[in-house]
Amino acid sequence: MFKLWRQDLRFAWLVAWRELRDQLRDWRIIFPMVVLTLILPFLANLGAQAAMNFTSTYGTPLIAERLVPFLLLVVGYFPITVSLVIALESFVGEKERGTIEPLLVTPLKDRQIFTGKLIAGTAAPLVTSYIGIIVYLIGLKFQNIPIPDLNRMAQTLILTTIQAMLMVSGAILISTQATSVRAANLMASFIVIPMALLIQGESIMLFWGNDMVLWLAVVGVAVLTALLARVGIAHFQREALLGREIDVLNLRWIGGTFWNAFRGDSRSVWSWLRHEVFGTVRKQFPIILMTIAIGVISIWAGYQWVTMNSSKFLGQMGTGELSNLLPAGMGSPITEIGLSFPIIWGHNIRAIIVILLAGLFSFGVLGALVYVLNMGIIGMVLALIKAMGQSPVTIGLYGILPHGVFEITALILASASILYIGIILVTPRPQRTLGEILIESIADWMKIAIGLVLPLLTIAAIIETWITPGLLLSVIK
Amino acid sequence: MIQTEDLSKQFGDFWAVNGVNLEVNPGQVLALLGQNGSGKTTTVRLLTSVLIPTRGSARVAGFDVVKSPEQVRALVGVLTEQHGLYLRMTASEYLDFFGKVYQLDAATRKKRNLEWLEYFGLAEVASQPIGQYSKGMRQKLALARTLIHEPPVLLLDEPTSAMDPESAQLVRTAIASLRNKDRTIIICTHNLVEAEMLADKIAIIYKGEILTSGTVDELKRTLLGPAEYEVQLQGKWPRRELNLPPGVIPLEKGETSSRFRIEDPHISNPLLLKELSKRKAKVVALQESPRTLEQVYLAAMERVNRV
Repeated sequence: MFKLWRQDLRFAWLVAWRELRDQLRDWRIIFPMVVLTLILPFLANLGAQAAMNFTSTYGTPLIAERLVPFLLLVVGYFPITVSLVIALESFVGEKERGTIEPLLVTPLKDRQIFTGKLIAGTAAPLVTSYIGIIVYLIGLKFQNIPIPDLNRMAQTLILTTIQAMLMVSGAILISTQATSVRAANLMASFIVIPMALLIQGESIMLFWGNDMVLWLAVVGVAVLTALLARVGIAHFQREALLGREIDVLNLRWIGGTFWNAFRGDSRSVWSWLRHEVFGTVRKQFPIILMTIAIGVISIWAGYQWVTMNSSKFLGQMGTGELSNLLPAGMGSPITEIGLSFPIIWGHNIRAIIVILLAGLFSFGVLGALVYVLNMGIIGMVLALIKAMGQSPVTIGLYGILPHGVFEITALILASASILYIGIILVTPRPQRTLGEILIESIADWMKIAIGLVLPLLTIAAIIETWITPGLLLSVIK
Repeated sequence: MIQTEDLSKQFGDFWAVNGVNLEVNPGQVLALLGQNGSGKTTTVRLLTSVLIPTRGSARVAGFDVVKSPEQVRALVGVLTEQHGLYLRMTASEYLDFFGKVYQLDAATRKKRNLEWLEYFGLAEVASQPIGQYSKGMRQKLALARTLIHEPPVLLLDEPTSAMDPESAQLVRTAIASLRNKDRTIIICTHNLVEAEMLADKIAIIYKGEILTSGTVDELKRTLLGPAEYEVQLQGKWPRRELNLPPGVIPLEKGETSSRFRIEDPHISNPLLLKELSKRKAKVVALQESPRTLEQVYLAAMERVNRV
C-alpha cells in the first residue's frame, strides 16, 4: 500500500515538475507572481501603517487590530488567484494544443496525472503567496506594528493553502468538461464567484474576530476542497479528456437522458411508482438510514443546546414571543394556524427546492445542512416547550406528529436523495460522463420528489391546516 | 500482436467504429486506410485503452484493453495525430521526461535519447527549445518519443506527414527495420504509396467499418479483377486472330503491342508465349501492367458509393 502510494506520488511529481519547469520559463506567469510578491505586500504595509496612524489619532485601536490580519489574508489570497489560470491553462491548454494525448497513452494512472496537475497548479502560486506573507510580516516588524498572533497566522496560512487547492480542484473539474481555454474561462465564473463570496465571508469573520467561527470556516473550506478534489479524480476520464463535442449544448440529448432515467422502462404510473420510485428508494436505502440517524442527532443536539441555554432564552423572551415559537417546527406561527393550506404547502415545497438547489452546488452538503437545521429546530422547540412548563411529549404527539409523520418523512427522503447525488458525484463511474451522472441523479431526485415527497407534503399540509391546530389547542395548558 | 473482435465504439448515436475485426502478428505491418473521420484514430485510441469499447474486445501485446489498460499502454508506442510536443522543452528534456514516464533507468534513457536523436538528425539541435523546430523536425521528435521505450507494438498515425522526402525515407527505413525486429505495427495513413511500400496487410475502413482487408495483391485481385499484362512484339502484331488460351481476355490491340486480362498468369502466360512463337512473333516483353494501391482504394470507395 505504502509502496503504491509512494509510486503514485513519484509519477505525480514527475508530471508536476515538468509543468513547473514549463511555468518558470513563461514570463506571463512569472511577471504577475513577482509583482504580487513584492508590490502587494508593500501596499498592504502602507495600508496597515495608515490604519495605525488613524487609530493613534482617533483612538479606535480595534480597526487596526482587525485590519492587520485582514491584510494578511489579502496578501496571501491574491497570488493564489493565479493558480486558477495556471490550472485551466495547464489542462485545457494541453487539450487544445494536443499535448495531453501523448501523456494519456502512457501507463500513467489517472490519479497520478490528476495529482501532478494539482501540485503543478498550486505550487508556484502558493510559494508566491507565502513569500508575499513573509514580506508583509517583515514590513510590519520594521513599521513596529504588532504582527497577528500565531492562531490568526495559522488560520490565514491554512485558508490560503486550501483555497488554492479548492480553486485548482475546481479548475481541473472544469477542464475535464471543456475542450477550449475559451470555454474553460467562461466556466471559471463557477469558481471565481463562489470564491469571491467565500473571501467576503472570511473577511467578515476576521473583522468579527470570533476564533471558533473562523476555525469552522477553515474546516468547511477543507471539506469542500476534499470533496471537489474527489469529484475531480472520480471524473478524470481519459475518454472525456479527448472528447471534442462536450462544449456543445445538446438540449435534445439532455432531455432524452433525463426522460430515459426518469421514466425507465415503465409504461404506466403504477409501474413507474413500483419500479422507478420505490426502486430508487431501495437503491438509496442506506443513505436514507444515515439521514434518519443525522436527523435524530440534530433533534437531540437542538434540544440539548436550548436546554443548556434555556435560562438565557427565557430571560430574553417575553411570553408572547415564546408562544409564537411554539409551533415553529411545524412551519408557521400559531396565529396563522388554519389560515391557509397553500401557504403551508408552498412553504414546504420551497424548503424542498432550497434543499435541492443548495445540495446541487455543494455535493449535497448544504442541502443536508438545511435538513439538519430543520430537525434541530424541532429539538429546540421541544426543549422550549419543556422550559415553558409544558410536556414536550404531549405537544410533540399532538402538535408535531400528526402532520410530522408525513412532513418529516418527505424531508428525510428529499435530503437523502440530495446526499445521494453528492455521493454519486464523488464516486468514480467509468464509462459515464459527469453530465450523464448529474442528469441521472437529478432524475432520481425528481422521481422521489414527484412520486413521494409531493404527495406526502400535500397530506402533511392538509393535516397541519385542518387537524393539527385543533389537536394542539386542546392540549395546551 | 494485435487482435480485435467486433471492436465497436459509439459516441451518442454515432458509431465511430463498428464491428472491426483485425489481426496483426509480430513482424507484420498493417496499413489502415480511410477517409478523414472514417474511424482510424478512434480505432488507435481503442487499441491504446484511451477509449473504452462500447462493444467487442481487443487484445494488444497479450493484454485485454479493458481489463489491463496500464499494461497495454506500457507496451504500446503511439504516434498521435497531433505531435503533442511541449514547445518550451528541449528535445533531450522531452525524451528524458517520457523515458522516466516509461520507467527507464537513467543510463538507458541517456543511451536511447542519443541514439534516436542521432538517427533522426536532431542531435545538433537537441538543446534548443522544441518551439524553434520545423514541422518535420517535430514529427521526427514525436516519433522518437514513440520509440523511446522500445515497445513491441507500434501504432503510428500519419508517421511521415509534413516530412521532406529524405526524412520520410528515414522514417520508412526505421519502420521496416522495426518490422524485422518482430514489432507489431499499425500505420494509419493517407499516403498510399508509402502504405504499399511498408504494409504486409491493408485494411480499408469506411464509416467505422472495415470494407476490405488483405495483402496488397489480394486486394488488387479482389477489387480490380485479374492482372493485366502487356505483350510487346519486335514487329507488327499478327493479322490473324490468336488462339488464346483459356482465361486470357484481350483488352486492347495496338500495332506492335496488346493488352490482356489474364486470370491465372502461371498457367496462361507460357501458353500465350507458345501461341505467339507458333505465329513467329518475336516477343520483346511480357509484363504486368502496374496497378497501384490508389486504384485499389478508389475502387473500394467507388463500390461503397455505388451501394
